[in-house]
Amino acid sequence: MFELLTFGFMQRALVAGVIVGLITSYLGIFVVQRNLSFLGEGLAHAALGGIAIGVLTGSQPTWVALPFAVAVALLIVFLQDYGLLSGDAIIGVVFSVAMAGGVVLLSQAPTYNQDLSTYLFGSILSVGPLDLWTLLGTLILVAMAIPLWGRWSYATFDPELAAADRIPVRRDSYLLAGLIAVVVVVSIKVVGIVLTSACLVIPAASARLLASNFRNMTWLALLLGLLSAPLGLAASYLSDAPSGATMVLVQGAFFALALAGRRKS
Amino acid sequence: MIEAIQAQRLRVQLGDHLALSEVSFSLPTGAFAAVIGPNGGGKSTLLKTLLGLIPYQGELIVLGQPPAVVDSGRTGYVPQAKNWNRGFPAQAQELVATGIYRRWPFFIAPRDRPKVLTALSIVGASSLARKPLSHLSGGELQRVYLARALVRQPDLILLDEPATGIDVVGEIDLYRVLETYQRQSGATILMVTHDLEVAAHHATSVLLINQKLWAYGSPTEVLIEANLAQAFGHSGHPHIGSFNV
Repeated sequence: MFELLTFGFMQRALVAGVIVGLITSYLGIFVVQRNLSFLGEGLAHAALGGIAIGVLTGSQPTWVALPFAVAVALLIVFLQDYGLLSGDAIIGVVFSVAMAGGVVLLSQAPTYNQDLSTYLFGSILSVGPLDLWTLLGTLILVAMAIPLWGRWSYATFDPELAAADRIPVRRDSYLLAGLIAVVVVVSIKVVGIVLTSACLVIPAASARLLASNFRNMTWLALLLGLLSAPLGLAASYLSDAPSGATMVLVQGAFFALALAGRRKS
Repeated sequence: MIEAIQAQRLRVQLGDHLALSEVSFSLPTGAFAAVIGPNGGGKSTLLKTLLGLIPYQGELIVLGQPPAVVDSGRTGYVPQAKNWNRGFPAQAQELVATGIYRRWPFFIAPRDRPKVLTALSIVGASSLARKPLSHLSGGELQRVYLARALVRQPDLILLDEPATGIDVVGEIDLYRVLETYQRQSGATILMVTHDLEVAAHHATSVLLINQKLWAYGSPTEVLIEANLAQAFGHSGHPHIGSFNV
């Protein structure tokens, strides 16, 4: 099996999987603790609108989907702030409309079925150098946000206490949502729209079951996200199944183990 | 005497609701003030305005500056509703350490650990340091929040119904800790309470608030039946009538 790693496409797949595992699990700790799982899910689906515009205009779909998803994320946070409807209702409306628009637009493209399937389920083995650079850039972007861990964690714990200590809670919510949107879009190529939100949620949720504090939860989520890529690729190779799905199944197995470990203790 | 808080015609609007109107008072440094009034009368809103969390009209100076720019390290806040995220994995010592770091601590530095443990010890919660917050009782949680407020050695302590969820012994401890800290540091304390006995016996001054400031002065001046009946309305406070300062 290891001879596979001599192939360039496999090396790229592994690096891409590891990066997606790391960036999604890092933001996942905030997603899970702030009950934003539905936001991740919604943004992944909404990104299809941006991808469709990219496909139809002949541009790189990711580059169109990025600003599109960030705009959708900021719009969702803004509407939540405005307080007219509950957060999940707003996400439900915005993402459904964006996704429906995406399907209608993509249906105009001659390669409709092939395009839709690629974006829904991902295609890690076709990750090209440009995709890899995009993922590396996103990894750096997420790394730049690491100094904000203490602020974001504090506001996740209690936004009022954090605001009383002059943490810009509202601005940070926009920043976090924007970053989640970026991470979701660049992860779509690897694991697909349907499973991107799983990568945001499952490693962090598993870590939550085992960790006694938020620092340990962070480390554990990163470790599980990191491990899910090589293990998922190996499982994909052995079972001849799509690798995005096997990555998520590996994460699911981690979750089951964490649940069992938690029950024992 | 230097004023810790100066409010002139303070007015706070929360959406369609006028929470505070024409509130003017000066609280001298070192005072122990109780804020009393009916539910929904604006007591917690006053505290949050003093913390710089809510926009206001009028003039407001806290520790010599407008509230939004006061160094938050000079203010210790003990909120009423412990609205913390119950699913957040946190230990008591980490919450106390936010009082020092003003962000969630990735780890507590060795030089800060004694401060955290001392603060917990002052409130009689040394044994809780490593306990998950989700395992604490209401009273234990209150002690940890108080330790968090004290660890930064604030010049002003703002407490919102600090006795909620505490048993009688714990409540006595709470006021003893506050009074000791105040004696040693000269800090100013402003405490929202629904308990008129507490206001009478621990506070040096009392603010009676229901949207506007109905009375302000020493407990003996403020806690009289006429004032309380006015501010609490016809139904009154349960203690009015039987209450003696």
